[in-house]
Amino acid sequence: MPTIIVEVMPKAELLDPQGKAVAGALSRLGNSRFQAVRIGKRFELTVDGPIDDAAIAEARDLAETMLANTIIEDVVSVHAAEGTA
Amino acid sequence: MRIGVITFPGSLDDRDAQRAVRLAGAEAVALWHGEHDLHGVDAIVLPGGFSYGDYLRCGAIAARSPIMSEVIDAANSGMPVLGICNGFQILLEAHLLPGGLVRNDHGDFICRDQRLRVEQTDSAFTNGFAAGQEITIPLKNGEGGFIADAATIERLEGDGRVVVRYLDVNPNGSLNDIAGITNDRGNVVGLMPHPEHAVEAGFGPDTPDAMRSGTDGLTFFTSAIAAFAEAAP
Repeated sequence: MPTIIVEVMPKAELLDPQGKAVAGALSRLGNSRFQAVRIGKRFELTVDGPIDDAAIAEARDLAETMLANTIIEDVVSVHAAEGTA
Repeated sequence: MRIGVITFPGSLDDRDAQRAVRLAGAEAVALWHGEHDLHGVDAIVLPGGFSYGDYLRCGAIAARSPIMSEVIDAANSGMPVLGICNGFQILLEAHLLPGGLVRNDHGDFICRDQRLRVEQTDSAFTNGFAAGQEITIPLKNGEGGFIADAATIERLEGDGRVVVRYLDVNPNGSLNDIAGITNDRGNVVGLMPHPEHAVEAGFGPDTPDAMRSGTDGLTFFTSAIAAFAEAAP
């Protein structure tokens, strides 16, 4: 099925306690290569019809108004899933 | 006076809010998220809980419920609307109040009796307090860190729209120790702590006088009733 991927991340300037907890666990496991972790969200929108500019624009609008709260999060990507467009 | 309490899927404190409304002396009216009907109430409480299991973001899905279009219209025409905890999150997601609430900075859920200072006594839900009054009501949240951009914080502070502030400790990383805010008009109030759990002696926070005797939360509800009585012709 045609799929649009929307990716959302907490704003860079905000503390991400989830990511911090995971980074803490990594450090306790002895990992020193990965210093920081931030956790965001990925939405997969199954599209009825082709993925054209209008579908991407509608997905972007949905991302900015509902899937993300742009006061605390950024929409970092809205794109067609590879091989499904 | 009739005060509506909206139940969303996953609301937890709707019955407590109804009880608080009754103890304050008003009639509590149960409202349902799926209806486009406020049943003629004079004020609205959005209670605490975990609407939609906090899916997407706390309050995000509830803020798009059918009844919220009526709540937004009523709030914009001046009806008193109080959002408590998850209700505060819903008000922010519905853009009736500015800013956002994020996960507590320390990462833990917190549940404690919280001292607060009432900063603004002109709002629909705080007019019964003395300016600067210090009160204690329960606080229980996982995502209670109030944040907003610097311009919004400056405007909230400058316009006296911070309603209550945390005292002693900042329990969740809220900017400027903000525990509750109001809108320009003072009719919409969002609180992270829970006044409805401090309305009846025997069931409230401990006080120096006696265990569980704290009833500081009741004034939020009696304030709305007093404002309504004053506005009545």
